[in-house]
Amino acid sequence: MSTHLTLNGKPQALRSDPGTPLLYVLRNELRLNGAKFGCGMGQCGACTVIVDGKPVFSCLTPLAALAGRSVRTVEGLGSADAPGRLQAAFIRHQAAQCGYCIAGMLTRAQALLDKHPHPSERQVRAHMEPNLCRCGTHHRILAAIMDVAQGGHP
Amino acid sequence: MSGPIESSAEAVATARHRCSPRETPPRRDLQAPDKDQMTMKRRTIAGVGVGVLALTFGALHAWTRPTALAPAMTALPAPSSGMLAAGARVVALGDCMVCHTAKDGAPYAGGLGLATPFGTIYSTNITPDPDTGIGRWSAEAFRRALREGVARDGHLLYPAFPYIHYTRMSDGDIDLAYRYLMSRTPVRTTQPANDLLFPLNFRPLLAFWNMLYLRPGQPGTAAPAADQLARGRYLVDTLGHCGSCHSGLNLMGGERKPAFQGGNIDGWDAPALTRLANGPVPWRQQELVDYLRGGLSLGHGAAKGPMRPVTEHLATVPREDVEAIAAYLMSIQAPSAGADGGQAAPPAAMAAASDAAGAAGARLFAAACASCHAASAPLTRINGRPGLALSSALHGARPDNFIQTVLHGVPWDPASPVYMPPFADVLDDEQVAQLAAYLRTGIAARPAWHDVARTSAKLRKETRE
Repeated sequence: MSTHLTLNGKPQALRSDPGTPLLYVLRNELRLNGAKFGCGMGQCGACTVIVDGKPVFSCLTPLAALAGRSVRTVEGLGSADAPGRLQAAFIRHQAAQCGYCIAGMLTRAQALLDKHPHPSERQVRAHMEPNLCRCGTHHRILAAIMDVAQGGHP
Repeated sequence: MSGPIESSAEAVATARHRCSPRETPPRRDLQAPDKDQMTMKRRTIAGVGVGVLALTFGALHAWTRPTALAPAMTALPAPSSGMLAAGARVVALGDCMVCHTAKDGAPYAGGLGLATPFGTIYSTNITPDPDTGIGRWSAEAFRRALREGVARDGHLLYPAFPYIHYTRMSDGDIDLAYRYLMSRTPVRTTQPANDLLFPLNFRPLLAFWNMLYLRPGQPGTAAPAADQLARGRYLVDTLGHCGSCHSGLNLMGGERKPAFQGGNIDGWDAPALTRLANGPVPWRQQELVDYLRGGLSLGHGAAKGPMRPVTEHLATVPREDVEAIAAYLMSIQAPSAGADGGQAAPPAAMAAASDAAGAAGARLFAAACASCHAASAPLTRINGRPGLALSSALHGARPDNFIQTVLHGVPWDPASPVYMPPFADVLDDEQVAQLAAYLRTGIAARPAWHDVARTSAKLRKETRE
């Protein structure tokens, strides 16, 4: 039994058991290793992806809940050769220390920017609250997001 | 929920109509009426009666409107630290802050919208700002507000403010609360206008409501601290006004009698307080103390929704107060308590867990919930935290608290050990219902709930608004 959904803009049929969390489907079946396993309990945000425009914890999102829905992962934002606008800002601000949280930070921030292209810093801080960075690069992450929010470096 | 309002408006309109001297009864009224007509007629007469009474009281009130009390002109002397601490305790036990602080707003500055069946009422600013708060209120004006539900300028306050409970507060406690609030930082605010259904935006009608539900307290009646049960009753009935949520409201917005049979507030079920044995594990007094102070019960689950801030405030008061509350609550348990506690579901309901919805729910549970809630999950081993089989949210008569928890989780709070992520953007209403089918019958072993998907859609919509 396959689950059919849209992944980064393209139709995708997935063979994994519908009771599998999306994170494992992405990493094991599709070898999309951007989203990371952090806590497995929805407390750190390293696994964040965008489902129907909303940021969700992929470690707690059942494949069974995704039939017909649209999923966007960090791989859908750009590539190493052609980084997306937000990814470019993260590179410019050197927002990554160890980098483990960054895919989740990017996808959560992208979900906000898709909905509100020019959020205030207060909105960004409140929106990013569920995602943790253990290295403490929050100020650089925030600066990178605000860079895009204020329309710098198109 | 607009039924009672419409019918009372109708009653008022009818009353006016019937009062017209030109009115002549239609001829068929003279014939022998059938039973339906009799009932209709009785209802109309009752409606007219209520309408006339309400109008009469409204008119009477217009004549006998409480007088405005003179503004307090002299600044209060600074309270002692002992007085401040005692005032903070009264205000925490009275839960003033829960309603009088808006989301992300300044403490006690009001502006929180309270959704009632009659419309939305915004809480007032009770900081000592002279123009928008209570800065010009004398101790006498404050006392009258708590005892009679009358503002300093004489207008009647809506009973969302629980003066029907505060009316029995001791003079000493009222004065301590006054001194504490008057020592807060003044905040200037713009009060949002209440959004109430006609004719309830006409405050004098509250005089009629007060006649029905306000039993003004005797000044100076304080519970002796030495008597634990009396202290507990005072904290539960009067200061803590537990009945405001746990008694439920009748069509007039009055609390149902007998008290504490359970109600619904902000889309959450407030369980009956007289049947605390209504789950697989009957509440014990010590456990109740721990829950009320810490927001977590090992045998029942976490305080959620509107109960969570209550436990956060009770965490700040002396332990003996919470022990008194628990002692009093245990003393009002219905004699039948425990009779249906842990009742196993009938075999038919058990079978439901294995049907299609239950199987789909089991799949969703495996991916979305099991990492914390499966019997083998590490989280269930920490501090002996219970598995879902004991969760009160799964043992309620209605699915509301289960749905609210799944949709919105338990928000992160640095002061609390309890956190759960929200699933509103992950699961749709059908999937919430599938999860409920699996957990309610398969894990909690209770008869299935009905209409879970529809309730989920309704609660989702209410939260969005």
